[in-house]
Amino acid sequence: MATTAADARAAVGDAPAGDLAAKVGLTDQQLLDMYALIALTRAVDERMWILNRAGKVPFVISGQGHEGAQVGLAFELRKGHDWMVPFYRSVASVLTFGMTAREIMLAQFARSIDPSSGGRQMPGHYGAARHNILSTSSPVATQVLHAVGIALAAKIRGIDQVVMTSLGEGASNQGDFHEGLNFAGIHRLPVVTVVENNGYAISVPARLQTAVEDVADRAGGYAMPGVVVDGADVLACYRAGREAIRRARAGEGPTLIEAKVTRLTGHSSDDQQTKYRSAEELASGKDRDPLPRFRSQLRDAGVLDDEHESTIAAEIKAAVDDATDWAEAQPEPDPATAERHVYAGDPPDPSAGQPGAG
Amino acid sequence: MPVRTYIEAIRETLREEMRRDASVIVLGEDVGKKGGVFLATDGLYDEFGEGRVIDTPLTESLIIGASIGVSVNGLRPVPEIQFADFIFPAFNQIVSEAARMRYRSNGTFSCPMTIRAPFGGGVHGALYHSQSVEAFFTHVPGLKVVVPSTPYDARGLLRSSIRDDDPVLFFEHKKLYRSVRGEVPDSDYSVPLGRANITRPGTQVTIVAYGLMAHYALEAAELVEADGISAEVIDVRTLRPLDTETLLDSVKKTGKAVIVYEDNRFGGYGAEIAALLAEEAFDYLDGPVTRVAGPEVPGVPYSHGLEDWFMVDPDRIAEAVRRLAAY
Repeated sequence: MATTAADARAAVGDAPAGDLAAKVGLTDQQLLDMYALIALTRAVDERMWILNRAGKVPFVISGQGHEGAQVGLAFELRKGHDWMVPFYRSVASVLTFGMTAREIMLAQFARSIDPSSGGRQMPGHYGAARHNILSTSSPVATQVLHAVGIALAAKIRGIDQVVMTSLGEGASNQGDFHEGLNFAGIHRLPVVTVVENNGYAISVPARLQTAVEDVADRAGGYAMPGVVVDGADVLACYRAGREAIRRARAGEGPTLIEAKVTRLTGHSSDDQQTKYRSAEELASGKDRDPLPRFRSQLRDAGVLDDEHESTIAAEIKAAVDDATDWAEAQPEPDPATAERHVYAGDPPDPSAGQPGAG
Repeated sequence: MPVRTYIEAIRETLREEMRRDASVIVLGEDVGKKGGVFLATDGLYDEFGEGRVIDTPLTESLIIGASIGVSVNGLRPVPEIQFADFIFPAFNQIVSEAARMRYRSNGTFSCPMTIRAPFGGGVHGALYHSQSVEAFFTHVPGLKVVVPSTPYDARGLLRSSIRDDDPVLFFEHKKLYRSVRGEVPDSDYSVPLGRANITRPGTQVTIVAYGLMAHYALEAAELVEADGISAEVIDVRTLRPLDTETLLDSVKKTGKAVIVYEDNRFGGYGAEIAALLAEEAFDYLDGPVTRVAGPEVPGVPYSHGLEDWFMVDPDRIAEAVRRLAAY
């Protein structure tokens, strides 16, 4: 069942100019929307790092290099109906699925109205109940089981929800990943598991993480398709995501998608990747940046022109400036609220040793 | 009033809650056709089908992790961990995920689920079918921990747990499953979480216990009565949240406390009760807060003699009560 990245590229890469949208079953406007999401995510992401280097936010973990795969794979999900169970690099995924730049920035500044956690979690731990984006933790791969459970509940309740969860290739070595895929395979659950393979688990290269070349090969052990897709090819990712979502919605079961991406930044703001990646390698990673590649593709196809590009760029700059300034101006959480939401019932918040908690 | 065994009370309550609320599902190892290795879920598969009574692979982390997902998407799972000894592969899911979901999402997500797990020794279960694991979980804010000791409480507390909006660990002592009978009303009563029960009033020494030890504590109280010692027995029932008021009121009255738990003594749950009494009832104490607990070996050994050596029993409790009463 596995397709290669080359196959996927061949399916769209040769489309004649002006015909690109039709070739992938989208409109020109949808292609522009995808481009705008990728560009917005990149701008939000770069702003995070600037804020960190300026000493305004203590920590950044983000997804530069992953945006094209995330937007393409999630684009076909139904907002407000389906579920997303993200990980800490899922900036583009959550923006695609309904979160806003302001909401992302609220988490960066740890403000009280941050929808992800009210400033309780580190940035990058996304969640938004109103968007069906499940709260994220720091232990890796735990979320795969949550996604499987959400899909199980959807199946039991007879709702045609699809769940998309994401993780890195490093996390794909955790037991939870395998336990989750095994169960999803047994019950043909409507879950799409996306492994964003950037070749590094912080500093440990893929060759020391997995014995197989493609994480997608592991799908065979769980009786589901394993699809390898070039994560720098937005439309290949879109097609892979659309097919997996279609399968899931139709009751045909789960899919494992491995998107080969590049990590353009360090693991986090506390990492210096030049210590373990060569200058040559880092330079070649830039060649796999999905943003300029998609921009060129859309320009070549006549979908994006100077006017579109400058309009989108201006809108994004305004959105990121607004999100930054607005979020920074919001109040910080009050320590008086720190004991809330340990248990149901707020207030009073119970601590251990008090009867009647909850 | 009908008389039920402990396990019958659990089984019937599961059935009634599943009848009452279509969102309640059961999942775990062997919970389906087999009805669980202790038959706690016997008959549920026939009545509710494989959609709501789900046999899982041997994957404890999946059982809990999937239950988290199930619970955030509108259902109310009652996962079973076949033996509490096997709960550790799911420790991360319970402690890092379920316990923190509400807090870390600032109250926007929650995990209403009741994790049932048989625990405890005295059943020839050796190191890996006898453990008391409650202390690992009572330490964690966001979790509730319940240990019923009677069929009445098993039913009333299970009902409260399933209807609770937070993750509850519901530990059932294996030795009580068929050895204890009691009156269980057919009515829709519940026992609230966070309320201890004074199972025997007394005046001179307070014995605090839970699970199998709650029974042994009563037997010990009988034994010391012959010596003219009046012991009050408290069955804690809910370990977290703890009913501090009932405990403190009793110890302020008796001035002496023996805390009994089956788990290893060091760092066990009873240590928390001892600390509570030391901090908040110091002026009332007439003797050292005393613990009677398991020895410092890493598990309950198998052979008869070794297991008896490990297990706290009524005689050992009575001995501690006598010593403290004479202090």
